[in-house]
Amino acid sequence: MSNEVLTHGIDKSILSASGQPLQLENEDICINVNDLKLSYGEKQALHGINLPIPRKRVTAFIGPSGCGKSTLLRCFNRMNDLVDNVKIDGDIQLDGESVYHPDVDVSALRRRVGMVFQRPNPFPKSIYENVAYGLRLQGIKQRHILDEAVEKSLKGAALWNEVKDRLHDSALGLSGGQQQRLVIARAIAIKPEVLLLDEPASALDPISTLKIEELIYELKSEYTIVIVTHNMQQAARVSDYTAFMYMGDLIEFDATDNLFTNPTEKQTEDYITGRYG
Amino acid sequence: MMIDEMKNWWKSGTPWIWLNAGAVSISLLLVIGILGMIMVKGMGHFWVSDVYEMHYNDTKNPPRTIIGERVETADITVKLYEEVESMKAPADTVVIKRVLIKSGNRDQASADFQWIFAHHIEQQTTPEQLIKLERLEWGNFYGYLKNVQQQGEIIAAGDEAWHELNQRFERVQDLHEELKTLEKDEISSINYGLERLRLKKRKLELDKKDSPENLQLLTDQENAFKADYEIVIKRLNLLREEIKRDSASFIMANGKDVTISLHMLVSILKPNQMGVMTKLAHYVLNFYHFIFEDPREANTEGGVFPAIFGTVMMVILMSVLVTPFGVIAAVYLREYARQGPLIRLIRIAVNNLAGVPSIVYGVFGLGFFVYFLGGNIDQLFYPEALPAPTYGTPGLVWAALTLALLTVPVVIVSTEEGLARIPKNLREGSLALGATKAETLWRVILPMSSPAIMTGLILAVARAAGEVAPLMLVGVVKLAPELPLDDNFPFLHMERKFMHLGFHIYDVGFQSPNVEAARPLVYATAFLLVLVIVLLNLSAIMLRNRLREKYKALDA
Repeated sequence: MSNEVLTHGIDKSILSASGQPLQLENEDICINVNDLKLSYGEKQALHGINLPIPRKRVTAFIGPSGCGKSTLLRCFNRMNDLVDNVKIDGDIQLDGESVYHPDVDVSALRRRVGMVFQRPNPFPKSIYENVAYGLRLQGIKQRHILDEAVEKSLKGAALWNEVKDRLHDSALGLSGGQQQRLVIARAIAIKPEVLLLDEPASALDPISTLKIEELIYELKSEYTIVIVTHNMQQAARVSDYTAFMYMGDLIEFDATDNLFTNPTEKQTEDYITGRYG
Repeated sequence: MMIDEMKNWWKSGTPWIWLNAGAVSISLLLVIGILGMIMVKGMGHFWVSDVYEMHYNDTKNPPRTIIGERVETADITVKLYEEVESMKAPADTVVIKRVLIKSGNRDQASADFQWIFAHHIEQQTTPEQLIKLERLEWGNFYGYLKNVQQQGEIIAAGDEAWHELNQRFERVQDLHEELKTLEKDEISSINYGLERLRLKKRKLELDKKDSPENLQLLTDQENAFKADYEIVIKRLNLLREEIKRDSASFIMANGKDVTISLHMLVSILKPNQMGVMTKLAHYVLNFYHFIFEDPREANTEGGVFPAIFGTVMMVILMSVLVTPFGVIAAVYLREYARQGPLIRLIRIAVNNLAGVPSIVYGVFGLGFFVYFLGGNIDQLFYPEALPAPTYGTPGLVWAALTLALLTVPVVIVSTEEGLARIPKNLREGSLALGATKAETLWRVILPMSSPAIMTGLILAVARAAGEVAPLMLVGVVKLAPELPLDDNFPFLHMERKFMHLGFHIYDVGFQSPNVEAARPLVYATAFLLVLVIVLLNLSAIMLRNRLREKYKALDA
């Protein structure tokens, strides 16, 4: 599997940095991005991205604003479909199946690939109903199943202890950090395979950020996580692999430790040492 | 120096504040003025005024006694007075004071209102024994009680008469109550049942199913109704005899006697004997009667209950019709349609629809809803009633539909605004959980826009409740014999004509045979109309605020 991926045009030199326990060659690849090009009208945002996302690892996308990292992330669950005038070429494979195939049920895809956004976006409903939302969409009505799933998800998102006494209060009464963890709970309630986090901590205070990071660390044993972040320290702390993007190109992709300590590309080095970005 | 100060003053922006505050004050004063005026003029009507006995001598005619209530006073110039009355005005007077007296007794005298000149009143008293009668017909009566009679025999006269009168009047009122129940409930439901049987029979004939068995079944039912009718009518006749048993004689201002049967009376008062508290109690009672009773005497007496009921029913029905219609249109325009020149054109058209004069909607409603839709409904579903129309004639449902059409732009515009205000964030959150667009709409977006929808509905209600012109074409009448809601199946009769406060004002004000009697009612009805609209709006606003609290925006 991994060898097959490597033949898809990833520069082996990026991946060859050795001496680290994590090596892409040894990973089971969950998502494979294959020469993905995307343009909004006339403006091209991604120029032929090739990237493997390893299963049950945290992969971080870093890069300066407007480099296309969020755009790439949104391709994984086809959130870009909602934008007018978007044109996508190339392919993304989830477990070997094309995500952009015309027969793909987008709703089913999004159930497999959950997403958490930059700003917490709980629905104006109770905490309980927020978490149960995805399950109710699937037609699950039995109270005990919902109760169980809500509890499990909230525990999974490390929020249970804080909200267990007020499950039926409005979710809007929670703090920003709690809301973001609620949104994560909502996403994992429907048991996705992949969790996409689009700058999940950028709107939060340091303590909430720390909690989210701890949570990400916990979650990776069960989910393949892709996180977009502005914050390089955060990427270094939470991720196993990091992709550095610049102007719609993937510049470098490697195990995080490698990328931060021993970048191959000049641009990567400039960015992580803070020369621009 | 002065000029510099002036300049600074202009620069400081103070004049603007004054200008704005002034404009707001003027608007507020106007609103308070309107409400205050209709309230004072309308609500004064329910106060029990003193009744005066006046010796009047205008020197042209023989001296006479006038009994009545003072309604208003006005001044005319001496010149006018001398020209019209061809009489010399008293010396040293600048203006002549005229008084409008409500002297009642319309069946005996020529007019129940008369203008008299204050300076010709020789003596004016308020005797405690003066009686004011409110009657079912001919308006009020003023005079002295002479005696009480039972089947023509004098039972009581002099001092006991008053007590006797009140006792017997109570009995008559109880009988009235019973009569009303019989007439309104039993007789009308029997008639309704008979009418339905007639239609059933006709339908059987039309469907060629009029076999003897079927007809026999109907005849049996008809006979059952007729038997019921016989019983009720017997009781009714008995009551009608009973109620006419007592009467009373009164002495009028001109000294003549008149005998009035007690069943013609609505109330008996001695206003000059009443204290302020009693009058206050009567005031509340009168207002209550005005709200909850049916109109009498070509709408110039009695209450306006059917009109209030009709107004509220029509507005509620309109809300039920306009909300889904407007919301669905707005959802399509905002969520599904591709935004382009065509949608912009449609939006402009919708906005302009709100500017079409309402009477045009009335004409459209009559032509399309009543004649075309209603006519076809009759052909298809009610052929047995033809040629008498069922839905092919103005009625409640058509009025509500016409007004729904009139107010739908408001609902569309405000719903669209509400939809546009929902953060993109939330839509994405729902879609990312695997919801389809429709599911997102139903579960997140529409509930969140419900306050905006309610705002649209509030504006729609405010507009619809005050609309009169189109209603005259599509369902409102001067006097509706039945309410659109009653206890006869199917309870809500949407094809019936109804009364409306707005039209009632017009009718009482312009079509009334008795201008003076009708005038306070115009104000009182106007006040009620405002009150009803305010109440309808307040309830909608309260509902909206609750929804707002529930779905308050995330970043607010």
